[in-house]
Amino acid sequence: MTTQYSEAYAKLENSLAGSSLSWLSELRTQAKEQFLERGFPRLSDEEWRYSNVSVLDKKAFSPVSDSELGHIDIADLDSYKLADCWTLVLVDGHYSASLSDLDGIADAVIVSSMVDALKNHPEKVKSYLGQAVDLKEAGFKAFNQAWFSDGVFVSVAANTVLDKPLQVLHVVTSAEVLANTHHVIALGTGAEATVIETFIGCAERYATVSVTEVFVEKNAGLSLYKTQLESDKAVHLGGVYVKQARDSRFKHTNFAFGSLLARTDVHTDLSQASECDLNGLYLGVKRQHIDNHTRITHVEPYAISKELYKGVLNDKARGVFQGRVIVAEQAQKTDSDMHNHNLLLSDNAEADTKPQLEIYADDVKCAHGITVGQLDDKSIFALQSRGIDEETARNMLTFAFANEMVNKIKFKPLHEQILTQVLERFPQAGIDKAWL
Amino acid sequence: MISIKNLHVSVGDKPILKGVNLEIPAGEVHAIMGPNGAGKSTLSHVLSGKEGYTVTEGSVTYKGQDLLALEPEMRAREGVFLAFQYPVEIPGVSNIYLLKAALNAMRKHHGKDEVDALDFLTMVKGKIKALEMDEKFLYRAVNEGFSGGEKKRNEILQAAILEPSFCILDETDSGLDIDALKVVSKGVNALRDEARSFLMITHYQRLLDYITPDVVHVLADGKIVKSGGPELALELEAKGYHWVEEQVA
Repeated sequence: MTTQYSEAYAKLENSLAGSSLSWLSELRTQAKEQFLERGFPRLSDEEWRYSNVSVLDKKAFSPVSDSELGHIDIADLDSYKLADCWTLVLVDGHYSASLSDLDGIADAVIVSSMVDALKNHPEKVKSYLGQAVDLKEAGFKAFNQAWFSDGVFVSVAANTVLDKPLQVLHVVTSAEVLANTHHVIALGTGAEATVIETFIGCAERYATVSVTEVFVEKNAGLSLYKTQLESDKAVHLGGVYVKQARDSRFKHTNFAFGSLLARTDVHTDLSQASECDLNGLYLGVKRQHIDNHTRITHVEPYAISKELYKGVLNDKARGVFQGRVIVAEQAQKTDSDMHNHNLLLSDNAEADTKPQLEIYADDVKCAHGITVGQLDDKSIFALQSRGIDEETARNMLTFAFANEMVNKIKFKPLHEQILTQVLERFPQAGIDKAWL
Repeated sequence: MISIKNLHVSVGDKPILKGVNLEIPAGEVHAIMGPNGAGKSTLSHVLSGKEGYTVTEGSVTYKGQDLLALEPEMRAREGVFLAFQYPVEIPGVSNIYLLKAALNAMRKHHGKDEVDALDFLTMVKGKIKALEMDEKFLYRAVNEGFSGGEKKRNEILQAAILEPSFCILDETDSGLDIDALKVVSKGVNALRDEARSFLMITHYQRLLDYITPDVVHVLADGKIVKSGGPELALELEAKGYHWVEEQVA
């Protein structure tokens, strides 16, 4: 049932970003053909074997044009806006200038909606758009490229530092809405930036599809955070596809707390002596299904990759981690380290974890460690022996397990937001936030 | 302070302690020495309430109460403190958070208000200095990445802050170099007073050069087979545990 989306989008075609640009129409047409042939991924696709996304076929989610946007509770929105940031807000997949705050950003930096970037800097966008994604792979990239409505374009000139983090706030306002956006973040040689993608929505069922292409030029560094706080009925498909040039640094941290069904891809290709650091914390309750899929390709020698994903799963929640590391034949002296730890709080919770190392070089260091377990009795006893009751001890240890990831956040407003979210989502009796 | 009478303890079907009798009056330091497998650690675990041990016979009376009937946290709140042989690492919980949570749990139990944040910090900083630890330790995750010596010092820091009545030191000296041992011993000696008792479990006589016990006991095959003054430890060091076991046999 892939045709329902092509019919829905046929009516909106003129409102999609860059609809007058022939090169983009061509890209969209290629993607559309690919999607109509293949559809959304199936369980028989190896990289999707744990996550069933057939709901996207069975249920028609509806894209909306920028004239049909739903109502936004401003006070609620403001509570998710981070202090000391540039803010760009996307509502139901469309840029909202009135809700955004980009005034005063340096001339050497472009931060704009994809619609505006395609108007004002079409050649620049053209040099990046679609370059980091492989449409032939199973996934949602073809769907996204065929019909993305808008998105964000960030370009930081060489040797420029974005003075404040940029928060891209994705909001979905109404039930059954499909927000489908495409983003490009491009850092010139020696540039530095921090970008935070925040996903929120109304309390209903809706769908978000978001693809971010990242280009980190030589010796540049991007820190990209994702805060996924979608409604607990939502479907979320997000992907970050990265090209890292020599000596570049890319750090990604995914806080996946929301959605009924969530998937995040982080794929990166590493050039010589570049470094990636991928982190994730997923918290699942009730029937939430949260999937993290990473693929790191060491293309050239001396690159370093680090991964740490932690999950806390309660009730009937299911967490999935698939970590694939590919070391090409010429990528000697690769240093790769992958860890995934899962804490199960209920007998009915499930963690599926699958590290995959494909090593074609012979002089490399590749480590991985995977655990799935419950709270450690020794640690509970250690706390009890200091006068702390068992329930509080369990809460503290559960919190502590998650807090290891929270504590990695150096940007204070984000740290505060994530800490609050973690505390709200898990039992917190006996935990004193003021002292953390 | 504590009175252990005819204590028999099993792990599964296997008897480990086979009738331990021990009285520690307030203010005294008792050392328990003994070969591996004698039941030293079992004794410390049973006294602090760790799961996995079955008391098949005997009793432990602490300050007039049946200690074995209390949950581990209640024992702690009543003043029983175990310095672990292998302190656990707790990533994600800072040392200062644990110290404060523990102290407040004790205070609440005794009907006192939560400790004032500023007073607490001043107090903790004083104690940490006495143990020659860096203040940065307070903000690091509990025992994570600590060296063996730092972990043991951290246990003593907890004791110094919680001010227990009965301290069990389970091989607190094992694995320490001489400098670390001196610091830990200094910390323990600073805690000695007429109201506080200690049970020191150790393999090595060396500890007793720095913390002089009132009584030394030898535990072998689940029983205390010999008790004496500090000189007993020296004799043990010279003659080996074999000597005691032979005397008993």
